Amino acid sequence: MKIFISFVIILLSLTFNNLHANENIERNEITKNLRCLICQGQSVYDSDSDFANSMKILVDKKLDEGLSEKEIYIYFKEKYGDWILYDPGINKNTYLLWLLPILIFLFGGAIIVKSFILKK
Amino acid sequence: MKSKLVQYSIILIFLIIFVVFYKSLKDTNIYTPEVKINNDIPIFSTELLISNDELSSTEIFETDKFYLLNIWASWCVPCRDEHPILMNLSKNNKLTIIGMNYKDNKKNAKSFLDELGNPYEKIIVDKNGTNSIEWGAFGVPETFIIYNNKIIKKYIGPLNQELLIEIQKIIK
Repeated sequence: MKIFISFVIILLSLTFNNLHANENIERNEITKNLRCLICQGQSVYDSDSDFANSMKILVDKKLDEGLSEKEIYIYFKEKYGDWILYDPGINKNTYLLWLLPILIFLFGGAIIVKSFILKK
Repeated sequence: MKSKLVQYSIILIFLIIFVVFYKSLKDTNIYTPEVKINNDIPIFSTELLISNDELSSTEIFETDKFYLLNIWASWCVPCRDEHPILMNLSKNNKLTIIGMNYKDNKKNAKSFLDELGNPYEKIIVDKNGTNSIEWGAFGVPETFIIYNNKIIKKYIGPLNQELLIEIQKIIK
């Protein structure tokens, strides 16, 4: 019996630990994609500035409120603009950023096709 | 003919690179978030500094009245500089000044006000800095002008004489 009880206790404590770790993983995932505005060039996850620490608390709060990752990004985007995100979506300011690599790739491909394949 | 074309294009590419780098030399890399105006004010409830009462934002901000929300802290040096401006504005009865005490020690905040005067009608407490993020602020001092529950103006950094005149024009 004793063995059984201690087994249950260990099992329970392990599951609680897991729960906690999952929450942190989600928070870390989100804060890695948010830019710290005080120490620019660092993500909120990496930074230990006052602002970044408050952001981490707020991300936790929003997760507790049941907001999804996307909703949290939208929330911060409304407050601070696109710049707060490391991975901004496509809009009229960023379409060049997204399309340029594809265009360059296609252009390069066309040159290769023209000079190496069609020449033969 | 072909080698000349190559030469020109190389020169052109270098020229473009030079212009891009030269221009970005002068640009600052510090980004300040775009000032978004006409945003609704956030809904929150928080503790007051002096009376320790809990108050919600709807009890603080009434419609059809001008409010100035100032984020400050006793440890913030620029806040000291802008304090006389706030004292000046507090004499204007068309404007209600609300303070937000940012990540501060209550005792220090109170002695700051004892020393320099208290321009605020109410002071809300932002212990962990999350409240100011809800407002879209990222440091101290920052000032918001609010009318009809909307942010109509936002100033990042300390207020000065020029901004004092601007604010007085807005609330006229």
